[in-house]
Amino acid sequence: MTASAQDERDAEERSGALLELASRWAEAVAGTSYVSLPRPEVEQLLSGLLRRLVAAARLRGVQTAAAVGAEVGAALVDAHFTSPPTLSRTLAVLLDGPPGGGSAEEDGAGEAGARQRWHRVVAAVAAGFSAALQERALREQEEILRAAAEAREQAEQALHVSEERFRAVFEGAPVGIGIGDVDGRILEVNPALEAMLGHPAEEFRRREVREFMHPADLEQVWRLYGELVRGERDHFRLEKQFLRSTGESVWTDLTVSLLRDEHGRPRYQLAVIHDVTSLRRLRRQLEHDATHDSLTGLANRKVFLDHLDDVFRRAAPGARAGLCFLDLDGFKAVNDTLGHEVGDRLLVAVARRLDAVVASSGHEVARLGGDEFVVLVSDCSGPDQLIALAEDVLAAVAEPVPLGSVQVAVTASIGIVERPIAGIDPAELLRAADITLYWAKADGKSRWALFEDERNARDLTRYSLSSALPGAISRGEFVLHYQPLRRLSDGALHGIEALVRWQHPNLGLLGPESFVGLAEQSGLIVPLGRHVLQVACRQAFAWFGACPGGPFVSVNLATQQLRDEGLVDDVRVALRDSGLHPRQLQLEITESAVIGTDLLTGSTLDALSEMGVRLAIDDFGTGWSNLTYLRRLPLDELKLDGSFLRGLRSGTDVDPVDSQLVASVVSLAHLLELTVTAEGIETRAQVDHLVAIGCDAGQGTHLGAPADRDETGRLLGLEPRPGGSRRAPRPTAPTALDEAPTRSG
Amino acid sequence: MDRPSWAPSEVDLSRPSAARVYDFYLGGSHNLEVDRSMAREAISLWPDLPAIMQSNRAFLRRAVRHLAGQGITQFLDIGSGIPTVGNVHEVAQQASPDARVVYVDNDPVAVAHSRAILAGDERTAVVHGDLREPEAVLEDSRVRATIDLDRPVAVLMVAVLHFVRDEDDPARAVATIRDRLAPGSHLAISHASAEGRPDSAESHQELYRRTPTPMTMRSRAEIARFFDGFDLVEPGLVWLPLWRPEDPSSAGDRPERMTGFAGVGRRR
Repeated sequence: MTASAQDERDAEERSGALLELASRWAEAVAGTSYVSLPRPEVEQLLSGLLRRLVAAARLRGVQTAAAVGAEVGAALVDAHFTSPPTLSRTLAVLLDGPPGGGSAEEDGAGEAGARQRWHRVVAAVAAGFSAALQERALREQEEILRAAAEAREQAEQALHVSEERFRAVFEGAPVGIGIGDVDGRILEVNPALEAMLGHPAEEFRRREVREFMHPADLEQVWRLYGELVRGERDHFRLEKQFLRSTGESVWTDLTVSLLRDEHGRPRYQLAVIHDVTSLRRLRRQLEHDATHDSLTGLANRKVFLDHLDDVFRRAAPGARAGLCFLDLDGFKAVNDTLGHEVGDRLLVAVARRLDAVVASSGHEVARLGGDEFVVLVSDCSGPDQLIALAEDVLAAVAEPVPLGSVQVAVTASIGIVERPIAGIDPAELLRAADITLYWAKADGKSRWALFEDERNARDLTRYSLSSALPGAISRGEFVLHYQPLRRLSDGALHGIEALVRWQHPNLGLLGPESFVGLAEQSGLIVPLGRHVLQVACRQAFAWFGACPGGPFVSVNLATQQLRDEGLVDDVRVALRDSGLHPRQLQLEITESAVIGTDLLTGSTLDALSEMGVRLAIDDFGTGWSNLTYLRRLPLDELKLDGSFLRGLRSGTDVDPVDSQLVASVVSLAHLLELTVTAEGIETRAQVDHLVAIGCDAGQGTHLGAPADRDETGRLLGLEPRPGGSRRAPRPTAPTALDEAPTRSG
Repeated sequence: MDRPSWAPSEVDLSRPSAARVYDFYLGGSHNLEVDRSMAREAISLWPDLPAIMQSNRAFLRRAVRHLAGQGITQFLDIGSGIPTVGNVHEVAQQASPDARVVYVDNDPVAVAHSRAILAGDERTAVVHGDLREPEAVLEDSRVRATIDLDRPVAVLMVAVLHFVRDEDDPARAVATIRDRLAPGSHLAISHASAEGRPDSAESHQELYRRTPTPMTMRSRAEIARFFDGFDLVEPGLVWLPLWRPEDPSSAGDRPERMTGFAGVGRRR
C-alpha cells in the first residue's frame, strides 16, 4: 500500500466522518432558528463550514485558525442561525468532533496539540458567531429604529399636511368655530368667530365657555351643555344669543359637539356658530308681514281666522263668542273724491280708534281687507255686551278725522253676532256677521244690526233659491198652473192663463213672487220664459187642438224676454213644435215693459203681431202709461188690474169713482179695438157690474182659481185630445157662471 | 369621529406590533422591548410559538417556490411584515429573476423598513395599505406600476387574515381581490386556528389585544370559505407543515401542534 493510497483511504474515511458530523450538527441546530433553507441544503452548508474548520485546525498559524473559526461563526449568523441555542448545540457537536476521527499523522503529543488547535478553532467559531450576532442585532436595531423614525417623520409630515389643511379650513371658514376643553376653557377660536363676537382670540382664551351666557338664554341651553361636557350627550344644536363686545346681541345657530379620546373619554368640545341675526330678522319680518296688515298694523285676515279657530277649538262648554263686523259707510266716495292716499290715512285712523276702544278689553281687532274691520269678543256674556261695544265703536269712528287740511267725517255700519259657540262653526259665525252687516247697511247705514235667526232664515231662502235656480229648469222643477179667463156675457172659456210655479224639492210649491225677481236678476228669466212658453203651447194644443177661434193660452212675458232678440224665434218654434195656431197664443206684457219702448221692442211686438199672436197689456192701470201711447202698439187686449175692482166688490155699496173709472177705460179700450179682461174678480157683484159696463172678459177666484194641469183639465172638462179629436167640456165642470143667472140668456 | 382616509395614522412605539413580534419569533432583532416582552410572555404560555412561526415562514417559502414553478412571476404579498430572511422576492427571484413583488402592510414602521431595504429595486414595491380596504390596495399607483393585474398574479395572505376581525368582513376583502384577478392567478393563505391547540389559543388571542391588530382564530371550515372561487391545489387546506413538505420527515409526528392551516388555490 503506498502512502498516497493510504492517504486517499484516510481522506475518504475522514470525509465520511465529516459528512456524518455535519448531519449530526444539522440535526442539533434544527429548529433553533428560522433558516430559509430546506434540510439537505442546511447539511450542505454545514458540511462546507466543517471542512473549513478541519482544514484550519491543521494549520499551525494561530492567527489563521482564529480567523477561519470567526468566519464560520459569522457564516452561521448570515444563514440566520441567530439564537443562543444554535451556538450551544453547535459547540456541543463540534467539541466532540475532530481531530480524533482521522489525524493519523499525529503522534500522541501531536494528538494533544491537534485537539488544542481544534479547540481554539471551535472557540473562534463561538467568538465569530457572537460577534456576528451582536453586529447583526445592532444593525437590525438600528434599522428598525431608523424605520420607526422614518415612519414617524412621514406620519408627522402627513399630519402636518393634514393639520395645514385643517388650519386652512379653520381659518378660512365663514362660520365661527371654537374649541374648548371639557372644563370649559376656550383653547382656540377662528377669525370668523372673533369677528362675529368682536373679541380677539386672546380674550376668548382668557374666558370660559360659561362666561358666554346670555341673559335671554333658556335653561335648556346650559342643561344641554352640562350633559355634553359630562359625556352624556355627543352634540346639541339650538338657537342662542351671544353678546357682542359692543353690547348688542347676536343670534346664532349653535352646534356643540363633544370630541372623545380613543378610550371614549370626553376630551374637547367643538362649537360651530352661525350668525343668523339677519336671517332671523328677515324671518321675523316675513312672519310679521304674513300675520299683519301692512297698512294699519292690525292683525290680518289670516291671523284673525286662525285665532277664531283657536277660540272655537278651546272653548269651554257653554262659552259664547261675538263679532262686530264693521264696514265704513261711503268709503269708496272718500277714495274717489279725496284720493287713495287720504283713504288709506283714514283707514289707519279708524284702525287706531278701533284699537283704542278695544285695547283695554283684550278683544282682538283685525282688518279683513278694504274698509272691513272686525272685533272678536271671545267668552262674552251676551248680546248686550256686543251692542255696547258696537256703540262705542260707532261713536269713536264718527269723530271727524283730521287728515291734513281737511276733516273727514265718516260713519260705519256694524253687524253684530253673538251666540254660544257650541253648534256653530267659525265660518258660520263670520257669515252671520257678514249678513248682519248687510242688514245694517240696508236698514240705513251708520248703525248696528244684531243677528236674528228668523231674518236670516228668510234671507237664506232667498239665497238658496237663487243658487238652486239654474239647475231647477233642467231638473224640470218648474210646472205650470192654469187659470181660466171667461167671457163675462156667457161664462164661456175665453182663454186660459199659464202661471209658472216652482215645485221646490225642500220648500214645496213656490209662487212667482219667490223666484221671478231672482230669475230676472240672474238673467235666467229668458230660458225660464222659453220653457214656460213651450210647455204652455203644448198643453193648449193638447186641450184645444189647432183652432184659431177657440180659447187661447195666455203667457206672461218678462221685460227681459221682450228685450231678448231671440223671442220671436222662440215663439215661432213653440208654436211650430206644439202645432198651436198663433191666434191661440196670447202674450201678456206689463205696462212698464212697453213704456219708452225702444226700437227693438217695437219691432219685436210688430213681428209677433204679424205672426198672429195676441198681445195683451197686463196689470193695466198700475203703471204710468196712457191709452194714447198704447195706441201705437199692435195690441189685442187690456187686462185691467184687480185694484180697480175693489170698489165694485159689493152689490149694494159701489164706489162710483171706481165704477166710472173702469167704465172709461173699457170704453176707451174698445175705441182702440182692444178687448178688456178684468182681473181679480172675487164676487158675483163684480161680474154684474162689469157686464153692465161692457167689459168683455174676466179672471179671478170667482171665475176659477189657478190649478195644476190635471185639476184644470178636470174642472174645465178638458181632456187631452186623443187622436186630435176634442171632447166637449163636461157639464160637471164647476164654473162660477154655472151658478150665475146668465145675462146673455 | 372617523379618521379621514388622507389623515395619517399614528406611529405608536409604546404598543407591540404583530410584525415586529413575528420578527422576534423568527430570531430577528427588528423589534423593540415592548415587542419582545409580549413575545416572551406568549412563549412562556405556549412554548411551541417560535416553531409555529418558523413553520408558517417555511410554508411561505414553499408556496412561493411552488408558484414560481407554475410560471407565476407576479406576487402581491399582503401583510408582508418586517422583511427578514427568505423574503418573497428572494425566493421568487431565485426561480425567475424577472419576478416582481409588491409588499403591502398597514404597519408604518414595517413599511418604512421595507422601503429602506428595497430602495432602488425596480422589481419590488412597498405599499402602505390595509387588507380591509382592498379597493385602495388594488388601485394603488405603486401596485399598478409594478404588477399587471390582467396577467396571473399570486396573492399571498400569509398569517394576515387572522388579524382581520369578523366585523371587518375579511371574506368580502378576499372576494374583492379575487374578482380583480386574471384567470390563472393564485391565492395562498395561512391562518391561525384554535383547532390544533384549543387550550393555548384563548390566552394567545388575549395577548394580541394589546396590539393594534387583535387576533381572530378561525376554524378550518371558516378558513376554507376564503377560497370561494378558487380550486385548492394539492394537498388542499392542511396543517402548516403538511403543505408540500420538502422532506416528509420534517413535518414531524404531530403537525397539529403547528396550529395553523395553509392552502393555495387557483382562480377558476
